[in-house]
Amino acid sequence: MQIFILLFILAAMTVISFYLGRQRALTVAGGNVAALNSLPGYYGYYMALWCGIPALFILMFWLFFESAIVAGIVVTSLPDAFTTLPEQQLNLVLNEIVNLAKENISAGQVSSEITAAAQLYNQIQTVSSGLLFALVVTLGAGGAAFAWNRIHVQQRARNKVERTVLIFLMICSTIAIFTTLGIVLSVLFEAMRFFQMVPLTDFLLGLEWSPQTAIRSDQIGSSGAFGAVPLFAGTLLVSVIAMTVAAPLGLMTAIYLSEYASPAIRARSKPLLEILAGIPTVVYGFFAALTVAPLVRGWGESLGLSVSSESALAAGVVMGIMIIPFVSSLSDDAINAVPQSLRDGAYALGATQSETIKKVIIPAALPGIAGGVLLAVSRAIGETMIVVMAAGLAANLTANPLESVTTVTVQIVTLLVGDQEFDSPKTLAAFALGLVLFAVTLTLNVIALYIVRKYREQYE
Amino acid sequence: MSTVLEKPLNFSSERRRGERRKHARAAASSATVPREDRQTVGAAVVENPRIRCTDINVHYGSKHAVKNVTLDIGQHEVMAMIGPSGCGKSTFLRCLNRMNDTIDNCRITGDIWLDGLNVNDRAIDVVPLRAKVGMVFQKPNPFPKSIYENIAFGPRIHGLARNKTDLDEIVVNSLQNAGLWQEVKDQLDQLGTSLSGGQQQRLCIARAIAVNPEVILMDEPCSALDPIATAVIENLMSELCAEYSIVIVTHSMQQAARVSHRTAYFHLGDLIEVGTTESVFMNPLHQLTEDYITGRFG
Ligand SMILES: Nc1ncnc2c1ncn2[C@@H]1O[C@H](COP(=O)(O)OP(=O)(O)OP(=O)(O)O)[C@@H](O)[C@H]1O
Ligand SMILES: [Mg+2]
Repeated sequence: MQIFILLFILAAMTVISFYLGRQRALTVAGGNVAALNSLPGYYGYYMALWCGIPALFILMFWLFFESAIVAGIVVTSLPDAFTTLPEQQLNLVLNEIVNLAKENISAGQVSSEITAAAQLYNQIQTVSSGLLFALVVTLGAGGAAFAWNRIHVQQRARNKVERTVLIFLMICSTIAIFTTLGIVLSVLFEAMRFFQMVPLTDFLLGLEWSPQTAIRSDQIGSSGAFGAVPLFAGTLLVSVIAMTVAAPLGLMTAIYLSEYASPAIRARSKPLLEILAGIPTVVYGFFAALTVAPLVRGWGESLGLSVSSESALAAGVVMGIMIIPFVSSLSDDAINAVPQSLRDGAYALGATQSETIKKVIIPAALPGIAGGVLLAVSRAIGETMIVVMAAGLAANLTANPLESVTTVTVQIVTLLVGDQEFDSPKTLAAFALGLVLFAVTLTLNVIALYIVRKYREQYE
Repeated sequence: MSTVLEKPLNFSSERRRGERRKHARAAASSATVPREDRQTVGAAVVENPRIRCTDINVHYGSKHAVKNVTLDIGQHEVMAMIGPSGCGKSTFLRCLNRMNDTIDNCRITGDIWLDGLNVNDRAIDVVPLRAKVGMVFQKPNPFPKSIYENIAFGPRIHGLARNKTDLDEIVVNSLQNAGLWQEVKDQLDQLGTSLSGGQQQRLCIARAIAVNPEVILMDEPCSALDPIATAVIENLMSELCAEYSIVIVTHSMQQAARVSHRTAYFHLGDLIEVGTTESVFMNPLHQLTEDYITGRFG
């Protein structure tokens, strides 16, 4: 709570600095704004930045190290009996102290040494926050005063403010980049640990997938099998079914909307399609599991086929419906990017509308459409919820869409659900699968974006 | 393809230009119709026309772009349309093959008769009409296909070639007629869009004549061409008009004088003056026409 008060005070000081800085600039200029190097507001920002940033920086720094330092002081104050404890138990003791100090537990439950330590902890905490308070306010005021003194007519406040903004933006973008990098590296390293236990070739070429290792070695299935081919095949099967649904439907939709539909129809159906894109995948998932899968099963059985209650077909079809808006909106963009002059050229030669679409517009838009379809494929491969709910968990190596299959994403989910230890091949396999998935979708995206971009250059 | 080379006006461009200037000065007082009068003067109607337009009005939304134009286009004639930018030349031209249909808020009234067919009748099938009335646009618009495919497109959709040899022949002839053959004969499979602007325009002309249209509409076909290519196209027009009618929009009065038999002058949507090219340039009846051809209009 105190922290929030402190932050509030700092924010108020920063705002005041802004007005003071601006006023100061006007005073220095003697009312002649034109004499100033920058607009008065920039001097305000300059002073505000000097007030806020160093203080905020110290505040973060302090909060980051505070608990470790306080804990260290408390530990040294404990009797020897505690300090010689192994680290894990010492941590438990510390936890108790902190809980007591925060009154999460009552004093009756613990020994007197710990009660004493908790009191010490509270004292240090009070001192620490008092110190922090003083330091932050002083730094804020000091920074502001420093800036105040440096404001003069020739001061290039604008350049400095803009540079600070630039640095801030750079930090924001690096956070995103480093997070991605961090995820990739962690997946990579965990996957490498997996490959130390299971050879790469077994993983990529093995035909059997049963990751459930038994706890005791005398039980059945004591050694797991990590051949991922059934998963790749399942993913491929579901994605192919999805694309068989989505690519033609999406493309036809795009052609109808961009070439034939009247503006009124277009204005109404585009938002509707976007709603389709906005439905959460878990909703699609239970639609697939509860509606489509039984339907497929019913039809299949009326034709005398044996259909399992969870089938690749049901999951694939629903996934296809899910990515229709994806394909259609990217194809629509590609078709609309074909200049009107090409249509005019074809019409002027006596081409009918359908000849124009088939022979001029689609070929011209094809690279863009292909890019859109590839992006949709990578979306389909990475899709999880629908397949978890509708495609099943059994790692069947089959090309029959009526059987249940499992996909890479489904297996990642099942491997990591529940309590896990992160050094068994079973859990690490998830990282290996994740790495494969990442590599495939990244490649698809890169190719798709390359195609789309190359195509864009043609008309702009 | 006929090889008749018939110069519409039999004086050289040099002599003609000199004459026009001299004449313009002399004609300062000869124009009799004052600037305020917007009735069409001259000979808008001819005997036995190829296309007869009566009372054409075109509106873009609330903008009245072409006002009450009545104009005939004769058989075997090159008709030039001149006038300041934005005066409705392209708009009028696009009426003749219904290309304004693609513009949503465009409304056309009036009759356009071609072979006993009212072009402006909403009920007619525009596909055969456009096959008969070809068009070359102001901006070159080759398809992003090979040069060969660009030209083969029209003959293919109209089934003009019975076999590959026929098609090859049409392609080669069209390219030769448009004066592009020498430059592209070794690279027919290259993209049409990879050609230079002037080459693209000639490709579009070749594409238009490949379907054997009976009337060809050309909207500033030479604005991107060098003098040599321009001369090729102008010769082509003189050749083609032995069999077809040609309507050409141009900003070059020299070009209008060189290639056309009749000239129409448009001004802010009005058709001001029509007549034989010679009379329009030598002896304009309307003050606005005279202002324009003597360069007094901005
Ligand atoms: N698609 C359109 N929508 C609305 N107004 C248009 C459209 N096309 C043309 N116009 C208007 O109609 C008038 C005539 O245009 P048009 O293109 O026929 O002129 P132009 O004589 O061909 O000119 P230029 O010599 O510059 O090509 C112009 O004032 C223009 O603003
Ligand atoms: Mg024009």
